[in-house]
Amino acid sequence: MNASAPVARKLKVATTSLAGCFGCHMSILDIDERLFTLLEKVEFDRSPITDIKEVGDCDLGIIEGGLCNAENVEVLREFRRRCKVLVALGACAINGGLPAQRNTLSLPLLLQEVYRSEPGAEHGLIPNDPELPLPLNKVHPLHEVVHIDFFIPGCPPSADAIWAVLTGLLAGEERPLGHGLIRFD
Amino acid sequence: MSYGLENAEHPETLRRVAIDPVSRVEGHGKVTILLDEDDKVRQVRLHVVEFRGFERFIQGRPYWEVPVMVQRLCGICPVSHHLAASKAMDAIVGTRRLTPTAEKVRRLMHYGQMLQSHALHFFHLCSPDLLFGFSSDVARRNIVGVAAAHPETARRGVLLRRFGQEVIRVTAGKRIHGTGSIPGGVNKSVTREERDVLLADIYDILAWSRDAVALVKQLHGQDPALYNSFGVFRSSMLSLVSPGGDMDFYDGRLRARDEAGAILFDQVDYRDYHAHIREEVKPWSYMKFPFLAALGTDKGWYKVGPLARVQNCDQIPTPLADAERREFVDYSGGAPIHAPLAYHWARMIEMLHAAETIKDLLHDDDILGDDLVSTGERAREGIGVIEAPRGTLIHHYRVDDNDLVTMCNLIVSTTHNNQAMNEAIRHVAKRYLSGHKLTEGLLNHIEVAIRAFDPCLSCATHALGQMALEVTLVGADGGELDRLARHGDGTTSRPAP
Ligand code: SF4
Repeated sequence: MNASAPVARKLKVATTSLAGCFGCHMSILDIDERLFTLLEKVEFDRSPITDIKEVGDCDLGIIEGGLCNAENVEVLREFRRRCKVLVALGACAINGGLPAQRNTLSLPLLLQEVYRSEPGAEHGLIPNDPELPLPLNKVHPLHEVVHIDFFIPGCPPSADAIWAVLTGLLAGEERPLGHGLIRFD
Repeated sequence: MSYGLENAEHPETLRRVAIDPVSRVEGHGKVTILLDEDDKVRQVRLHVVEFRGFERFIQGRPYWEVPVMVQRLCGICPVSHHLAASKAMDAIVGTRRLTPTAEKVRRLMHYGQMLQSHALHFFHLCSPDLLFGFSSDVARRNIVGVAAAHPETARRGVLLRRFGQEVIRVTAGKRIHGTGSIPGGVNKSVTREERDVLLADIYDILAWSRDAVALVKQLHGQDPALYNSFGVFRSSMLSLVSPGGDMDFYDGRLRARDEAGAILFDQVDYRDYHAHIREEVKPWSYMKFPFLAALGTDKGWYKVGPLARVQNCDQIPTPLADAERREFVDYSGGAPIHAPLAYHWARMIEMLHAAETIKDLLHDDDILGDDLVSTGERAREGIGVIEAPRGTLIHHYRVDDNDLVTMCNLIVSTTHNNQAMNEAIRHVAKRYLSGHKLTEGLLNHIEVAIRAFDPCLSCATHALGQMALEVTLVGADGGELDRLARHGDGTTSRPAP
């Protein structure tokens, strides 16, 4: 027995969802009871499951979703500044995913159509309050704007894939996902 | 009835406080509060800050892709979108009646999702507020804190959600964004082995669901004054009910009650939804504001979701949940309950109903069948409506002769609750925040009111506080990717790079 062994510091992990559907976050929760094992080793910083609104200095940042407006870009840059290692989780973060389907369309026409010409819409106006972030012309993947350390594909990646990467990173190892865990659907 | 805090005069003279992002909800939104020099609240708004344009870019896609595509609107209740779109596409392929196997496998999938979503919402997201107090320490006000203080509650929450997700995996092929439902039916049924695995757990799930209802009742009982008044906003209520007036999450007809509980309309074919529901757009949110056409924009607001469903139906068709429903209705002596915190109670009653229904379906051999699809005469328009965990969900499509979608209109559950959530937070702001120095704990009161509705703000952004008037998106390599500017009149343009 080694009474003087230092208590290992818990690793700090921040997560956020940008232009995603939260499915990737749900897949993190799909690790089920393994969540409790994880909590012995990590502490959550800013994340949709905590009430911490500003990201602090973290060991690991996990980002779901691509960039569809100016605020997404700010949050991404803040995560890059604060997190030692940044993971792009899922199709949207890696290549824009389904929201990037709008990239072939003109944004003003898109707004026009959704707010003015649908059945049942009253008052033909397009939301434009300064509180609303400016939409970008196209949806962009994360690595176009900041350096990303790891990519986990899938829509969403399976809980097992996420678990394999997380436990690897916690052990200080890079464990490439093999056949069965690498999926794109 | 409204609290008159939507539009302040001279907002430029007021101090702005933002809750940004709203946390422990599905999706992202933000709240802005404007205060005068005496700290009196003058304006409160819940903004949904993302715009995606799904309705537009789905156009031109083949109709059979739609049930798989649209579920990517939401990773928390993808099954709702998967099934609402499938129901609309059933009409396109001319299905009059699903095969018994298809109908029951879809129902099983849907009730599985109801169970997982309600468990997630209550245990993972809301229970910290209710167990620790709205102003409790921010560091432990999350599921991790619950796991430390109430390990058994947290564990059951995780296992209830897991069970619901497994029901979805067995019926849809994947826990999130599966492919099981297709126009005209399903592409798989359940095997005996899969059923037996689920059956092995169902009695625990039932017992824990009953305990969850008991826990919520106990919380109400500890502080009825708070639970009955916090964020109350009287409004009409809307949901599907079966032809016999029963609660039904998968199918039915529209029923609405006014704020006093009287029936406004009943047994309305949901294909006529646009005759009864109109939508208003406000400049400060990407989320529209639907209202009942007959009552107009001032009075037509309504609630959807568990609180509406439990009170709108005549009965719940499973015994344990119906006994709980009767106790819920009796609690207020039959007068409609409008308290947002009662959503949690109603939600746990529904979770129990979902568990009972799953048990019954697992005992029904039709789910093992192999007659999966039925079709008929091709149509050009389809409307699918379902009760999603958060409320009534409407999908409406037109499809051309080349099988491509030409029109899509979606009214998602959370949108129906837009006005109710805004009024709830205005009530809370008036009652708890106005005239006080704002603390983190007080601001959390606003979020507690929003969370009660279980909004799915369906997507994610984070605001910076004051928005820049011009943004430039520079790539990792230093090259400019995009640039745009906002002008004084609110319009935006792209300066030439
Ligand atoms: S990758 Fe798929 S699951 Fe993840 S956020 Fe995007 S659409 Fe949702």
